[in-house]
Amino acid sequence: MPQVSFKFHGGLKLPAHKDISSGASIRPVLVTAGQRLVIPLSQSAGAPARAIVAAGDHVRKGQKIGAADGRISAAVHASTSGRVLAVEERRMPHPSGLSGLAVEIEADGEDLWIDHAPVDYRGLSLEDACLALQEAGVVGMGGAVFPSHAKVPQRHAVTTLIVNGAECEPYITCDDRLMRERAGEIVAGVRILRDLLKAETVLIGIEDNKPEAIAAMRVAVAETGEGEIACRVVSVPALYPAGSMKQLIRVLTGHEIPVGKLPTELGVQCFNVATAYSVARVFLRGEPVVRRIVTLTGGVAMPGNWEVPIGMPVDQLLALAQPVDALSGVVMGGPMMGFEVPALDVPVVKASNCLIARVPGTFPERMPEMPCIRCGACARACPQDLQPFELYWWSRARQFERAERYRIASCIECGCCAYVCPAHIPLVQYFRFAKGEIRTRDQERKMAETARERFEFKQFREMREKAEKAERLARAAAAQAQKAAVADVSGGAPENEADTRKAVIAAALERARKQARNAGSRQE
Amino acid sequence: MGFVIAILVMSAGALVLGAALGYGAVRFRVDGDPLSEKINAVLPQTQCGQCGFPGCKPYAEAIARGEAEINLCPPGGDDGARKLADLLGREYKPLSGGAATVKPRMVAIIREDTCIGCTLCIQACPVDAIVGAAKQMHTVVRDLCTGCELCVKPCPVECIDMAPIPETLATWKWEYPVIPIAPVPAPVAPPGVANAGDSGRKAA
Repeated sequence: MPQVSFKFHGGLKLPAHKDISSGASIRPVLVTAGQRLVIPLSQSAGAPARAIVAAGDHVRKGQKIGAADGRISAAVHASTSGRVLAVEERRMPHPSGLSGLAVEIEADGEDLWIDHAPVDYRGLSLEDACLALQEAGVVGMGGAVFPSHAKVPQRHAVTTLIVNGAECEPYITCDDRLMRERAGEIVAGVRILRDLLKAETVLIGIEDNKPEAIAAMRVAVAETGEGEIACRVVSVPALYPAGSMKQLIRVLTGHEIPVGKLPTELGVQCFNVATAYSVARVFLRGEPVVRRIVTLTGGVAMPGNWEVPIGMPVDQLLALAQPVDALSGVVMGGPMMGFEVPALDVPVVKASNCLIARVPGTFPERMPEMPCIRCGACARACPQDLQPFELYWWSRARQFERAERYRIASCIECGCCAYVCPAHIPLVQYFRFAKGEIRTRDQERKMAETARERFEFKQFREMREKAEKAERLARAAAAQAQKAAVADVSGGAPENEADTRKAVIAAALERARKQARNAGSRQE
Repeated sequence: MGFVIAILVMSAGALVLGAALGYGAVRFRVDGDPLSEKINAVLPQTQCGQCGFPGCKPYAEAIARGEAEINLCPPGGDDGARKLADLLGREYKPLSGGAATVKPRMVAIIREDTCIGCTLCIQACPVDAIVGAAKQMHTVVRDLCTGCELCVKPCPVECIDMAPIPETLATWKWEYPVIPIAPVPAPVAPPGVANAGDSGRKAA
């Protein structure tokens, strides 16, 4: 039984609360006629997709409704058949509660697929295979939703493919159930990814609190032939945040990803098990990403995992698990890194792995913030080897340059520091604030730089135009003078307009004088 | 004789050092004014002219020469004035008089059905962020607009509006953590005990 010998710094042993929802098998969610799904066009970490349907269109399940816009972007598909009601701004499942463009579909209840067929990826070039992933809307299903196709072609040779089945956050069991029930398809997806990356070894990391998932994955790997694909299922110690990419890579390979470098520069690439599953669906069945497994847990009568069509509103989904009456809120994601949904009508998206119905007492109450005593508990807990107390001082004092010097950009916002803080300081909130300010400042700096360049160019252009105009005028004057000189020689005509006018005036004066003389002689 | 040698040695030294300094002055010559460039880097580059100078660079040069105050730039805001004070070792001053109101960054929008295509705004835009041609409709390139408002006045049909930039999912950021202050409910006084003053204090 392969065990790991590497550790990452810090981390927490958290109460798992996973047995609440891990008992029941994955249940399908049926879409009934008249039900409305809101499918956001921005469901990847890259650019939002461009809507390619309009209100009134009839769509079928799996039909593309949003086209990828740029390289770091993924397509979006209808997750059931029905009529497009609107393409407009809708409230998003995002801590801000702001709106984003979404396609609303009224289901016809038939759930009719578009025509789709398996694609043999071995017959495709790497570019075409990546394009197929982008067109199928495959993104990182662990929660980061980075477009998967952009992670495949690499300048650096990838030797090790890491598959993330750690699922370290409390309450969440969607990957656990997926591995237990659909290990075969996950391994098939892993194989495809391995072939595309041309990786030599595959390491599937699963936390040791999921023995059934580990066993199921081992069986699936053995069935595919372990000798043929150098693939190992590795049990990793359950220690939050072992499911974070950098920490899992550290545990499985011993590599620490340096600041500002990508794992591929060390020959490692990492995908989530649910992403591998989506990849298998794309190539083995021709199905784009239109569903995901979501854990419903917390204050519900029927906790468990559901296979949910993307775009289903949170309240309708939660109703399936029969929430208790006194809900005080719903958390999307885990208790450590998730967020309170701004309203219950927001849709489930590709990033939504878990919904925790919060009742009084689900989570410990927030204690009043007290002064930092520099005990260093946060630094001991930090899995990124940072000094959260320093980051806290500088973020709080808005001295962002100092915070950057203490590598605030490396913070993964896992919440370990805030969890252990005896002064109950909401450290991650300070770090998020500082990161946002730093991002805005950098953008403004970039914009100022562009504005300066454009301003200087405009000034340069105006100078050049003035010089050109002066030159043109000088040339025209010279030409006129030459013409006049020629005319002078040939006909002796007045040199220019002024002279003509002078001649006219002189003639008029002469006439007037003559008249005056004539009049005088008549009087005499 | 000794003093002649001393004079020779000293003049030789002076010549060598002089030559070295002269060479250094040519070799390591600094083009432009490094201070004004540093100041210019702090300025927001809106090129709005609210400081009274025709653009950010002229203002930076004026500050570097000591001819201008550091508190004349409203788009830079209070923060900008503080940064300039830090950079120059001058006393911080709050933004001056008419420039005291710091507005959030705006973007110009041309009402396109009203635009007559006179090109006056195109000429006024300091960063060439307006496109169009004579007697053709003009429009603002949103991403390049610095919100300087210089195009608003020249427009003969008043078809340019300054609009605030709406917050989107891409630009949203977490706020500074604040501790919500909630009124503490007054403890229910047990019957017969008069402690209204105490509970009143807690409620406040």
